[in-house]
Amino acid sequence: MTSVSSLIIVVSIGLIGLFLLIKAVPSLRADTVNFLTSPQFSTTDARHLAFGIRDLLVVTVLSSMMALLLAMPVALGIALFLTFYAPRQLSRPFAYIIDLLAAVPSIVYGLWGIAVLGPALLPVAEWLNTRLGWFPLFADGNVSIAGGGTIFTAGVVLAIMILPIITAVTREVFVQTPRTHIEGALALGATKWEMLRTTVLPFGRSGYIAASMLGLGRALGETVAVLIILRAASTPAKGSLFDGGYTFASKIASAAAEFSEPLPTGAYIAAGLVLFVLTLVVNALARAVAHGKVRAR
Amino acid sequence: MTTIETTAPSPAAPAPALRSIGTARRVKNWLATVLVTLAFCVAVVPLAWLLTTVLTRGYRAILRANWWQKSLKGVLPEQFAGGVYHAIYGTLVQGLVCAVIAVPIGVLTAIYLVEYGERGRLARVTTFMVDILSGVPSIVAALFVFAVWISTFGFSQSALAVSLALVLLMLPVIVRSSEEMLRLVPDELREASYALGVPKWKTIVRIVLPTALSGMVTGVMLALARVMGETAPVLVLVGYSRSINYDILDGNMASIPLLIYTELTNPEEAGVQRVWGAALTLIIVIMFFNLLATIISRLSAVQSR
Repeated sequence: MTSVSSLIIVVSIGLIGLFLLIKAVPSLRADTVNFLTSPQFSTTDARHLAFGIRDLLVVTVLSSMMALLLAMPVALGIALFLTFYAPRQLSRPFAYIIDLLAAVPSIVYGLWGIAVLGPALLPVAEWLNTRLGWFPLFADGNVSIAGGGTIFTAGVVLAIMILPIITAVTREVFVQTPRTHIEGALALGATKWEMLRTTVLPFGRSGYIAASMLGLGRALGETVAVLIILRAASTPAKGSLFDGGYTFASKIASAAAEFSEPLPTGAYIAAGLVLFVLTLVVNALARAVAHGKVRAR
Repeated sequence: MTTIETTAPSPAAPAPALRSIGTARRVKNWLATVLVTLAFCVAVVPLAWLLTTVLTRGYRAILRANWWQKSLKGVLPEQFAGGVYHAIYGTLVQGLVCAVIAVPIGVLTAIYLVEYGERGRLARVTTFMVDILSGVPSIVAALFVFAVWISTFGFSQSALAVSLALVLLMLPVIVRSSEEMLRLVPDELREASYALGVPKWKTIVRIVLPTALSGMVTGVMLALARVMGETAPVLVLVGYSRSINYDILDGNMASIPLLIYTELTNPEEAGVQRVWGAALTLIIVIMFFNLLATIISRLSAVQSR
């Protein structure tokens, strides 16, 4: 009976991929534009489907990458703080506070992001845009910066959302650093920072990278927060942080109410399949990097 | 190191065995401490900011008498009336149905992994798949259930479909936490039981499971708290209803995330209040389950750390 349960889990993963593929193929055949390179996503006319994932891919990758770049150093700092700096009695309550970040539902992050954080970040966004606008990442996007519904805002919110998972997994690996290495470094007269640099960081590096990739996987698949924050844009993304538009996940969720006809629905399922494969690859890479040192949570 | 000792009393004396730490090293050490502490503060700021925002904007709505007892049936968009009773019901029921399906499968899988699988092929594949499953985005889980349950088998949108999608999200959390708890049960207990001639299944049911029980219940509570806040599955798999619907097999059913998402399109002041009130309610419900988990884990027989 217990092995049957195991089998259920194993089989269900295979089924997810299989069913998404089965449902996506007819729509992919009916697609009139190139699925991989077309920026448009129009499914209103079932007999003339025209959907491509280029725009979704650009927005998804930009927002997730930004989140990752923001979250990685902070998460490393928090993990070090919790394992080596915080007073022993306080380290558990502090860790609990960080875990609370993960308990906040994503829809609340979305609300807060667009209503509070977006306006608060406006001066930063405008400064980046006027001073560094020559750099493509900070150039004018396809939605107004003043609205706050940009990849920039979404990226910051995503960064906050993936902080707890990166921190937790990194912390788990740092704790495993052999006691003898740490004491050896300290006995040789290393300062605390030198001890961390010479023992903990080399030991935990692969785990930290794996943790970051798990975080990236979360950011790629995050749905509702992004859906609420990003403003729809009439033109394709230009590759700027001040673009709006849809990620894979938010595109699917935005159209969820209209899933009635099989062919247009299949178009979104195809997008979902791409997202599934994307997160699968990222997660598998994370595990390959970590050599079994970390496990998902 | 080329630090010049300036504190040495006489230049002729041999270098002392213990040198004081050079300024550059000390500054670096100090800088690292500051940066690391700062990183923690950076993470706390958004949490505090978010919670105060939701509290200050949402408290008025949830203090109204009808908030916890009435649905939004017949309430106009601009009216400051009605409540979220129907949505709380939906959230709890969808979560519980999900738990009823996910907990047995998850716990049995964990038992298999710890007690029977050893390092066999199925155990390794399962562990890998659980890890993969935990990385599946909620929207993909929702799409999968849509593709199977609704478009292949032809069932209508319902709360049960939502629960099925939530099962996929809950399973990895339960397997992982139960597994951890079962591994904490000391082997001496198992061996003592075997030595008394108790068969394996009875050892598991009577010795191992009771020892790990409270830890596993904690895991279930945490998993519940997590899936209750999920919005993507309810967007795809069930319609919103302004009144209460007790039937999980048929018809639209509200849930708190779905209510928030629907009321977002309501431009009236009453709608804005409802959105923040519901956000606060959702946080309260989730915190309740989190707190319950903490309390139960205090009673735990085996300590996790």
